[in-house]
Amino acid sequence: MSLLSIANVSKTFQTPGGPVHAVKDVEIDVQPGECLAIVGESGSGKTTLANMVLGILGATEGTISFEGAALPIKRLRDHRRMIQLVQQNPLSALNPMRSVGAAIRLGLDTYGIGARADRWGRVEAALEAVGLPAEMRNRAPTALSGGQRQRVSIARALAVEPKLVVLDEPTSALDVLVQARVLRLLNDLRRDRGLTYIFITHDLAVVRNVADRVAVFQSGQLVELGATAQIFTTPQTAYARSLIGAVPVVDDAELALRNQLAEGA
Amino acid sequence: MSVLSINDLRLSFKGLRGKTDVLHGIDLSIAKGERVALVGESGSGKSVTARIVLGLLQELRNARISGDVLFEGQALAAMTAKSRADLRGTDMSMIFQDPTSALNPTFTIGRQFAEVLRRRDKTLSAETCATRAADALAETEIPDPARVLASYPFQLSGGMNQRVMIAMALANRPKLLLADEPGTALDVSVQAQTLKLMHRLVADHATAVLFISHNLGVVREFADRVYVIYRGRIVEDGPTAAIFAHPRHAYTRALLDAVPRITGAGLPDVPEVSDAFLAPHISHGSGS
Repeated sequence: MSLLSIANVSKTFQTPGGPVHAVKDVEIDVQPGECLAIVGESGSGKTTLANMVLGILGATEGTISFEGAALPIKRLRDHRRMIQLVQQNPLSALNPMRSVGAAIRLGLDTYGIGARADRWGRVEAALEAVGLPAEMRNRAPTALSGGQRQRVSIARALAVEPKLVVLDEPTSALDVLVQARVLRLLNDLRRDRGLTYIFITHDLAVVRNVADRVAVFQSGQLVELGATAQIFTTPQTAYARSLIGAVPVVDDAELALRNQLAEGA
Repeated sequence: MSVLSINDLRLSFKGLRGKTDVLHGIDLSIAKGERVALVGESGSGKSVTARIVLGLLQELRNARISGDVLFEGQALAAMTAKSRADLRGTDMSMIFQDPTSALNPTFTIGRQFAEVLRRRDKTLSAETCATRAADALAETEIPDPARVLASYPFQLSGGMNQRVMIAMALANRPKLLLADEPGTALDVSVQAQTLKLMHRLVADHATAVLFISHNLGVVREFADRVYVIYRGRIVEDGPTAAIFAHPRHAYTRALLDAVPRITGAGLPDVPEVSDAFLAPHISHGSGS
């Protein structure tokens, strides 16, 4: 059975300028343990879809089911625990007035995870799991580097033992050396804990190296869905080809692939 | 003669807890019409270098600057603040990361364009400004310049605003264009189009460019020569082809290795920091 099933989901926003169809009739099944990338340009509906999966927005039409139960689950709290979010900008995602440890502990207290006396131990274990020293629990988010903050966001999301993690541009704000470490960390955590990821990004080179499958969105519609290697070598739509063709590349093998895709157009 | 020549540029900021060194002796030069990239991570000193060239950091009381910055042979340090200010928007211009926030939302594009043109010639009439602005916009392949000139920035797309920024930056035929992460805030396909456009226009007008970026792929497509900066020091420089094909400094190699490839080479195991990154500067020469 699929972990998350998005069935004929649409989302329409009513605006003074008329209705805006942000997501149109989307159908995707997310399999347990996979990393599904959602790619597309700004305004393509990526984040609206993620917000529906997270229970922040309701669908106008269609249903989203998690382990067979339609979302939002009656107790939104259970829903949120099972589906966690890691955002693009960790500084705005973390409360600057709260220590790193308190931010992670809040989730444990909210969902009543572990015995009270053990929770600080869990906070420290969560930090160590993302490669940060346990002593960092007393620091303020503002005292950390961008990469350390994103590790804290990941630790916080994983501390409540979710099944599905929505990663919304998790490394877009990071420097390339830091991005490489964080992507490796995310891969290792998924493998070790059997997590499922929905990885939202506009960076196709990242997608190529982390995702099992790719869903390509254009103006609210799912235009192509397939295995990563297949999308990158034999994209079926002109839109996917143009997205891959616009990626700035650094070596000759990449350039050859881009040229080959351009010729196939 | 170089359009820009920077020798042993040092910068530190005086703060409550003493002095923080930011640049430790930068050497960099740009010839007429040359496109030079300064590439590095956040905090490496890329943007402060550009702000010194623009004469902006010189206005800060807690900034300590030493070394030479020569623009067309003239030392910036020997100029008055007023004459440095006069260079901005005339012989030097700047393109920023996010075009929409770099433009003033309360004025039309036409009015902002006139302001730019009048930096060079205060006597220009409104009609002349409108004609010149329309010509400049047409050069950036904007289909309906009159409509764009009558619009406010928030009525235009990010890509359109970026074209407006490029047109404005080149309108006074500057000798040097400083582009700080241009188009990073835009979608990749729009970024690719606007970079191509900028490349063509600076080549047409033989404008020298200091191109600041953290994105190695973009640098490879845009620049003739590359300087790699790490923690306030240039670690490697050379022609773009040489740097990308044969990077010799450990830091440059790590940066290149860390870039995910669309061919799917996997996620590389590169260190975030290493003592080897502090190795001395390597130069490939100018390649000409």
